[in-house]
Amino acid sequence: MLAAEQAPLVQVGHLSKYFGDGEARVDALGDVCFNVFPRQVVGLLGPSGSGKTTLLNCIGCILEPSSGRITLDGEVVYDERWLRSDLRRLRLEKIGFIFQAHNLLPFLDSTDNVAIVLDLARFDAATARARAIELLDYLEVGHRKHAMPAALSGGEAQRVAIARALANRPRIILADEPTAALDSQRTGIVMDLLRKVAVDQNAAIIAVTHDEKIFDRFDRIYQLRDGQLGVIEGYADHQQPSLW
Amino acid sequence: MNLAMRDIRHNKLRFALTGMGLGLLLALVISMAGIYEGALEDALSLPRSVSVDLWVVQPRTKGPFAEPSRIPRDTRELVQRIPGVAEAGAVTFQTVQTVAHGVPLRLFIQGYEPGRLGGPAELASGHGITESHYQIVADVSSGLLLGEKVPIGPYQDLYTVVGLTRGMVDSAGNPAAWITLLDAQTIQFNIPPPLQRREKAAGRTQLVNKDVNAVLTLLQPGAAKELVTQEIDRWKHLSAVTQQVQESYLTEFVINKMQRQLGLFMIILIVVSTVVIALVVYTMTMEKIRSIATLKLIGASERTIIGLILQQALILGIGGFGFGVALISLIKDYFPRRVQMEQGDVAILFGIVIVVCLLASTLSVRLAAKIDPASALGG
Repeated sequence: MLAAEQAPLVQVGHLSKYFGDGEARVDALGDVCFNVFPRQVVGLLGPSGSGKTTLLNCIGCILEPSSGRITLDGEVVYDERWLRSDLRRLRLEKIGFIFQAHNLLPFLDSTDNVAIVLDLARFDAATARARAIELLDYLEVGHRKHAMPAALSGGEAQRVAIARALANRPRIILADEPTAALDSQRTGIVMDLLRKVAVDQNAAIIAVTHDEKIFDRFDRIYQLRDGQLGVIEGYADHQQPSLW
Repeated sequence: MNLAMRDIRHNKLRFALTGMGLGLLLALVISMAGIYEGALEDALSLPRSVSVDLWVVQPRTKGPFAEPSRIPRDTRELVQRIPGVAEAGAVTFQTVQTVAHGVPLRLFIQGYEPGRLGGPAELASGHGITESHYQIVADVSSGLLLGEKVPIGPYQDLYTVVGLTRGMVDSAGNPAAWITLLDAQTIQFNIPPPLQRREKAAGRTQLVNKDVNAVLTLLQPGAAKELVTQEIDRWKHLSAVTQQVQESYLTEFVINKMQRQLGLFMIILIVVSTVVIALVVYTMTMEKIRSIATLKLIGASERTIIGLILQQALILGIGGFGFGVALISLIKDYFPRRVQMEQGDVAILFGIVIVVCLLASTLSVRLAAKIDPASALGG
């Protein structure tokens, strides 16, 4: 399942993030190290306030860490101060986001919700639409390509959101509780899709989750507790090589 | 992909209703400008219709429109003899109130000598005054009809409408009318018989006043206006002002307050429009916070987000402005006073609306700039 010989797509080394100063300082992440390889689906578990969203934001180039290194698909993100536009470019080119509440733009139909990512990357409209329709077909929601988000069921909306996350052919997909709003049947479908995407696109997927029923769908599950990262026993399918 | 248009199309009814509401507000601004231009046009319509070179009036007055002016009637003969003068005509001006078709009617009456300067410039129908008494030419805005008899003056003498003009009103919007100078002097200056008897008993002999308000003067081609003016000003009881000065008296003194009143009202309405646009655009942006956060997260630039907000504000403003212009164009003829939409004024207002839209968007742009893409992820 894991191409261990390949270089990791996500490398996080000694990452720490704190908010505030002095007595008001809150340590959200402390010395977090882990790697995610191509075709790997990784779960991120932890109670509320444990720092998992902060970690996802740091990997997603949204939040600048206080210290440490992050490398995405071979490109160093944080080792010195980056300009915001570079972070935006990284998000646009290398990362796909899947949200808990799908976050489809309510004023665009399914096709345009997917094509918008390519439009922002300055692809021509015809190419963007063709790719969007291809993805919707791939995720078996092509018959709803003209539907507005309000007319989609929860499962359909999440599949359109996954199609949007895949539009720019990202190597890294970050998912924030992608199955939280779905029933168990649709949860299974979405997790199968994520696995399919990871294998077909040679991508790495990191998903925040609370859903114990889908633990067996992950190659590895990390647990965050008070900003410290640990591996849940039984869900570590290989030895993580030390890169730092 | 034009996100602004997609969002508008998605919420077209709400956007259209908001645009119409704003359009009504902008229609008020446009109508204010139109009312001012109309008042200016109205005020200048009478002096411009006679189109003379000089107005001979009472010295140290800004007569006859801005201040009362009284000069002897024989001034016309005096002026006509001055070298360089081609034509002259004595005129009087007064406002009278009568009743026509059962409703009160105010008329701005100009008395003139038929065949001389001061009569109606152009008739829409009928003919000019042909008799010495009791004929009247009136503007169509009075509602009077050809052949109709209208009572005028303290003794309610009946005047027959023989001609109609179009677009001739005074600075207050009252329809203009023309009668003979003799009739006008009788209405304006004659005193009633009981007062005549009292004056006679007191030994006063000049019981009939033959004053006029002004003498209109047309110069011969090539005649020096300054020399003729100097010649008239030598008479201590006369003063000559040019047509341009006469028009400036009207604009500076007669309708100046109206201009300031309407101007202030327009400024207030523009400020209100700015606040309304700002509120509408801000509310639209607030409703899109999650969408904007998502757009930022998936890689949209600040320029894309700002473009979305600015385009919607401009579409709202321009749409509302277009609706306002169309509305006023349709209903302007139903206003009791002339509403004149000048292309220049409409262009200036359009520019103001564009600036207002951009200003009103700044609040929303600041809000959008502060939206953290991380808020799309929750947690």
